[in-house]
Amino acid sequence: MGNGLAGLPELREGQAGSVEAMRMELSMRRRLMDLGLVPGTCVRRLQTAPAGSPIVFEIRGAKIALRRKDAADVLVRVAPWD
Amino acid sequence: MGLTASSVGRGAADGGLQLRKKEPDDRVIALAGNPNVGKSTVFNALTGLHQHTGNWPGKTVALAQGRCEYKGRGYLLVDLPGTYSLASRSEEERAAAEFLSGGEADCVVVVCDGTCLERNLLLVLQILELTDRVVVCVNLLDEARKKELRLDLRRLELELGVPVAGVSAGRGEGLDGLCERIRSVADGFEEPRPRRTDAPRDPDERAKAFVARAQALAEGVVAGGGSGTVRRERKADRFLTGKFTGLPVLLLLLFFIFWLTIQGANAPSAWLQAGFDALEQLLWRLARALCLPWYVSGPLLEGVYRTAARVVAVMLPPIAIFFPLFTLLEDVGYLPRVAFLMDAGFCRCGACGKQALTMAMGFGCNAAGVVGCRIIDSPRERLIGIATNSLVPCNGRFPTLLTLSVLFFSGAGHSFSAALMLTGCVLLGVSATLAASALLSKTVLRGLPSAFTLELPPFRRPQLGRVIVRSMLDRTLFVLGRAAAVAAPAGLAIWCLANIRVGTRTLLALLTAFFDPAGRFLGMDGVILLAFILGFPANELVLPVAMMAFGGGAALGAVTDAGTGAALAAAGWTVKTAACAMLFCLFHWPCSTTVLTIRRETGSAKWTLLSVVLPTAIGVLLCRLVCLLA
Repeated sequence: MGNGLAGLPELREGQAGSVEAMRMELSMRRRLMDLGLVPGTCVRRLQTAPAGSPIVFEIRGAKIALRRKDAADVLVRVAPWD
Repeated sequence: MGLTASSVGRGAADGGLQLRKKEPDDRVIALAGNPNVGKSTVFNALTGLHQHTGNWPGKTVALAQGRCEYKGRGYLLVDLPGTYSLASRSEEERAAAEFLSGGEADCVVVVCDGTCLERNLLLVLQILELTDRVVVCVNLLDEARKKELRLDLRRLELELGVPVAGVSAGRGEGLDGLCERIRSVADGFEEPRPRRTDAPRDPDERAKAFVARAQALAEGVVAGGGSGTVRRERKADRFLTGKFTGLPVLLLLLFFIFWLTIQGANAPSAWLQAGFDALEQLLWRLARALCLPWYVSGPLLEGVYRTAARVVAVMLPPIAIFFPLFTLLEDVGYLPRVAFLMDAGFCRCGACGKQALTMAMGFGCNAAGVVGCRIIDSPRERLIGIATNSLVPCNGRFPTLLTLSVLFFSGAGHSFSAALMLTGCVLLGVSATLAASALLSKTVLRGLPSAFTLELPPFRRPQLGRVIVRSMLDRTLFVLGRAAAVAAPAGLAIWCLANIRVGTRTLLALLTAFFDPAGRFLGMDGVILLAFILGFPANELVLPVAMMAFGGGAALGAVTDAGTGAALAAAGWTVKTAACAMLFCLFHWPCSTTVLTIRRETGSAKWTLLSVVLPTAIGVLLCRLVCLLA
């Protein structure tokens, strides 16, 4: 995926990225912001549920499960060394 | 799951809050915080109460109150539901925000998780905007130590401008310090001067400013953090919620718990019954010695005593084993992981993954599960959760299922197949929940699944002894309370029915005959259908009432499995009858408490009716299906 922007589910398990944009309707964006997810936040992808969704992400030290569809609206830039 | 009278009772679901001060100059202290940071543990430690605690977000849905005294002054503590923000998007956030902005609290204690301070500080900063009188309580210091985190609380206090106290509430460490800080703020010895965040008005920019400040604060305060425990936790999580292992582990755990329950409950049930029988002999002798007439001793001993004793003997052992085990899983932090595993299913059915949590509460008590649906944010999905909650077997129905599956499907001593049978019942209940959710969201509650976020809390080592003892005590009290409150009057009623004659037949015989055609239509008989109807106040009553009716109300066999089996066989029960009775036990109208709770929670007669009709229709359908196939 190079250094471009990618949706959160495109991260590999264990890979981290820095949030660049959140393209979603207001209520979900607010809810994620309450959890400390704002542009600039570092998010790491952890395990995936058996059905492929939801996916667990590490956000500011907490493990938060998001549905694949919702997570795809959060665009991250992957660290070049990762 | 520790949902006993206190959380299901009348006080539990009140919208507003009546502060119950004992002395007029009691100080009001509000406990706020993110979900799952041990707020209820702090509350219990300070008040000495036993507000239920569990390792999953959203467990406290109602506002609990408790009182404690410190240095001669009374403090009224109010445990607010856990929230991530005060933006009031769900019922519980609204409750917390309303109370905090009402200004009724003399001091607000914001409880934080020491292992996840940065995220927790977001709420602290928001509350600082509302009020000056704040004490920050950093909890779970013991867990933070285990993770090799070093917290500089002095620095945090300077940066925030309000008192900060560190505690490990589970071990009772640091509580005196916390009380001292609360006292000094509530009584005005100390004037906190919070350093507010310099944030712009625009909500998005504002949120960013708060996050940036929380991050800066955490960077200054938190140091260290060994990767050992973190790595171990990730490993455990990969196993418990992994792609291939998650669901098998869930099923095995469920099966194992049922197996242990069946294995363990047999002997104590028989002992209890033997004890109750011996006591009954004594009571009869006493009644004869006192020359009590039959119309006094009959209703009291044959009616009230026998029904209550039967309910206790049948209910107590399985419940006192099942629920402590369940509580252990809950305390470790497994339940949110179940919600995580099952979310895809619920999502496909147009519902919310958190419904898995309220469903799990339904195993304890459906009324509690219905109240628990407040953790579901979207009103549409919350209604689905409420209407489908009684599709999983509660506390009161569980022993009926257990007894019938032991009697008809495995035989005594084959706890393995009985456990399989019970696991099957639960899976059937879960499938019905999913199917009904899908049906509702395709018809009357149309809509798309809303956004969903679920926090998986860190695993915590449960305090084994304390959890088991506490949960067994709670359950025992619960069963005994129910026996006194519902089983005793029901026993009296059924005795009267069985002994009042109209012409040559008793009222009971007339009623049974009346319900017999309907019962037969459903593959059962009139007696058990009548028992289901009489069991409306409490599902616990179904089997005991049926046994009374089969025994004709006079000489009754023992309540042991053998006695029950003999009575049921004598009444012409076959495997098919038992299967239909089990299905109907799983799916029929909710008990009266649940119906009232649904009415209160939805505020609508229409949804209440739907919640009654839906499970009944499923039960009737499945029973007919068995009749046609068998």
